[in-house]
Amino acid sequence: MKKLSIISSGGVLAALCMLSPISGCKPKKVDSALAGKAAEKVYIAPGKKDEVYLFTSGGFSGQIGVYGLPSGRLFKEISVFSEDPQTGYGYTEETKPMLMTSHGYVPWDDSHHPQLSKTDGNADGRWIFINANNTPRIARTSLSTFRTEEIIELPNCGGNHASPFLTQNTEYVVGASRFSIPYDKEGDASIADYKDKFRGTISFVKVDPRSGRMNLNFQLLVPGVDYDLARAGKAVSHGWCFFSCYNTEKAHTLLEVNASQRDKDFILAVNWKKAEEYLAQGKAQKWPAKFSHNYWNEKEQTTVAESVNAVNVLDVKDLPGICYYIPCPKSPHGCDVDPTGEYICASGKLAAVIPVYSFGKIQKAIESKSFDGDFDGVPVIKYEAALDGEVEKPGLGPLHTEFDANGHAYTSFFVSSEIVKWDVKTRQVLDRVPTYYSIGHLCVPMGDCVKPYGKYVIAMNKITKDRYLPTGPELCQSAQLYDISGEKMQLLLDFPTVGEPHYAQACPADIITKREIKFYKLDDNNHKYAAKNEKEAKVVRSGNDIHVYATAIRSHFTPDNIEGVKVGDNVYFHITNLEQDWDVPHGFAVKGANNSELLIMPGETQTLKWTPDRAGVFPMYCTDFCSALHQEMQGYVRVSPAGGAPKLKFSTGEN
Amino acid sequence: MNKLKNFTRILVLICSLAIAPSNYMSVWQIQLEAPQYPEGLKMEIWSHKTAGDVNKINSLNHYIGMALIKDENFREFKIMPWMIWAMIALGLLTAVSGQRIALWIYSGYLVLCGIWGIYDFWSWEYQYGHNLDPHAAIKIPGTSYQPPLFGWKQLLNFLAGSFPDTGGWLIIGSSVIVVALLAYEQTRKI
Repeated sequence: MKKLSIISSGGVLAALCMLSPISGCKPKKVDSALAGKAAEKVYIAPGKKDEVYLFTSGGFSGQIGVYGLPSGRLFKEISVFSEDPQTGYGYTEETKPMLMTSHGYVPWDDSHHPQLSKTDGNADGRWIFINANNTPRIARTSLSTFRTEEIIELPNCGGNHASPFLTQNTEYVVGASRFSIPYDKEGDASIADYKDKFRGTISFVKVDPRSGRMNLNFQLLVPGVDYDLARAGKAVSHGWCFFSCYNTEKAHTLLEVNASQRDKDFILAVNWKKAEEYLAQGKAQKWPAKFSHNYWNEKEQTTVAESVNAVNVLDVKDLPGICYYIPCPKSPHGCDVDPTGEYICASGKLAAVIPVYSFGKIQKAIESKSFDGDFDGVPVIKYEAALDGEVEKPGLGPLHTEFDANGHAYTSFFVSSEIVKWDVKTRQVLDRVPTYYSIGHLCVPMGDCVKPYGKYVIAMNKITKDRYLPTGPELCQSAQLYDISGEKMQLLLDFPTVGEPHYAQACPADIITKREIKFYKLDDNNHKYAAKNEKEAKVVRSGNDIHVYATAIRSHFTPDNIEGVKVGDNVYFHITNLEQDWDVPHGFAVKGANNSELLIMPGETQTLKWTPDRAGVFPMYCTDFCSALHQEMQGYVRVSPAGGAPKLKFSTGEN
Repeated sequence: MNKLKNFTRILVLICSLAIAPSNYMSVWQIQLEAPQYPEGLKMEIWSHKTAGDVNKINSLNHYIGMALIKDENFREFKIMPWMIWAMIALGLLTAVSGQRIALWIYSGYLVLCGIWGIYDFWSWEYQYGHNLDPHAAIKIPGTSYQPPLFGWKQLLNFLAGSFPDTGGWLIIGSSVIVVALLAYEQTRKI
């Protein structure tokens, strides 16, 4: 009888809920339970490898995270814009210049958008680029060594957010300013004069196709709004670049209100080939500038920091045909080009629709001058003339869209905390899944390429709350993996991420693994202070500087006993790792160093500067467990008072 | 009946030519596997040098005090290429002359080379396995580290395997055929 009454009361409840619009019953939540086989799909058996590499931006960590998918396992944090004492990045004499800027040494930044280098619109596994938002820079990291090889500073830029978004053959990486700033009178103007005096810039940084070396080819001087995100055109739209713009109100205070007033902001379409023509015709102004260009010298294994003094600037209001604004609803964030290059979808953070523009229609509108006047001298294309159609009622707070290879788009929604799958051509919503919680960007492996790899979508969530074991007020960031190979999206996995990923790129693993270097060849090491065998090890004094040319091999340093150092000397330990095998790094640390350790890869030379502040005998040792006798890999440096130091001497194995 | 059959002469010719590449490739290999080296290490012995992971093996061997494996320690590398050229020359001579006595000499030479090779290889293995630095970090009383002559053997954490490599198989295969041909020619005579 009891059973029956439960069933019948359930029936009553169900009947009531059918009347829910009237009765006010609590609506059922979307089922968040995992469907079957999710575990199987993410399980990578011990010793087996993941299918996909995921590169996440570090956000406020300034670095790049490297994960495997579908397991969600973290492999590495690549040091890019922030110093990293565990690898010595930013602490060694070889890497300090990499973090030099026109403001001097900057030990930290805010990295946002990783971009895998491309050939023919597809990821090619050569390099990964990423922007620094705070002190505007772009970095290039090699994917055969996972080492940051180059950082270029962007002058005339308030904050480099719409960056590095590269073109389909990595001809250019771009950097558009998020914060407009004044340029006259050395940049000293009243903030209240924003509307009249503040401008933005878009930097076009050319990439050498062989070496990857970057060069700031030109900057576009553009109206003073906030440039947010970008994508280069591809295939049919190759030669163009699209930037989302907010704050077309030109507010300079309380932007959350003042920059949300206009019904429509803009997408900026840039014809960069046209800009190149103007540059070739000598239409650029040569502006004095001061910025740092730092690059790794592979042969000498050290960073060169060059200071550059001028930049080519093209003022788009005087040079027609480079820039066009396209109206876009409510403070757009994402501005994404589909795999064919024909469709550009923009995501207004406060908009109720997703507009899909057609590149063909934009071209026709320009030809027929279907303009709605101009904005600070830049023509504004009529919304309807550029629009192919809108996705109706997609969700709340669309942010960013990526694509699969089957004509589907996946858009993240921050406010309604979900991913929505829709058809690019018909613009019909096909499916939606919740995210936990409040997704920012998302990533489909090669989802910005001509041939997306598809299969998964990764949600990078902005709010973590209760998804993991708590760690006090500061929580890990939360990412989620969904299977998109079927008609319905399926949640597979939660995995925590480091820093705060703003965006990520992913590609099949073999694109990267086939280029991997296992160690550096000792024969190619032309470091100025390398000791390439134990016979070359020596200690040399020049004035107050002492250069220790030392070697490390399992399981000893040569020399490992040094005497004759005086208090106040600058001691440079140049340690060469003589190993020539995979996974045999050696570490080096010395007591009292106001510095980090060294972590030296096989075949590499690295330098730690040490200025002993007192007399005594200082131990030094290997910090990376290298062998069965790692704990024996140690030595001593004797430091004597400035006046009474003995003669410089050094040895290994002398009793 | 001292002339060899054409069939024999052609086969001897092929065999002697088949030996030639062994001067340009690895003749013998020593493989090492350990928990930390799932991919394995391989040392190759050519007629005139060692190759493969010799440096990596040397850097591991110093823990047990084994002497460095260095090409200049082996006078054999000066002689062995000529021994192989002689194999080819004698084979050609046998094929061209078609004389039974030449086949006897050729077979005898191949067999002697084989016996010498096995003895020489064993004696080097013995020397490297027993002549250990008394100050070595790892010393296990009564233990030697002589690699196997042929097949697999466990040496501490390493499983060591010793086998002919491509060049070696060419020489061994050709030698077996030549000796078999001699046996065939001898039975034909009776």
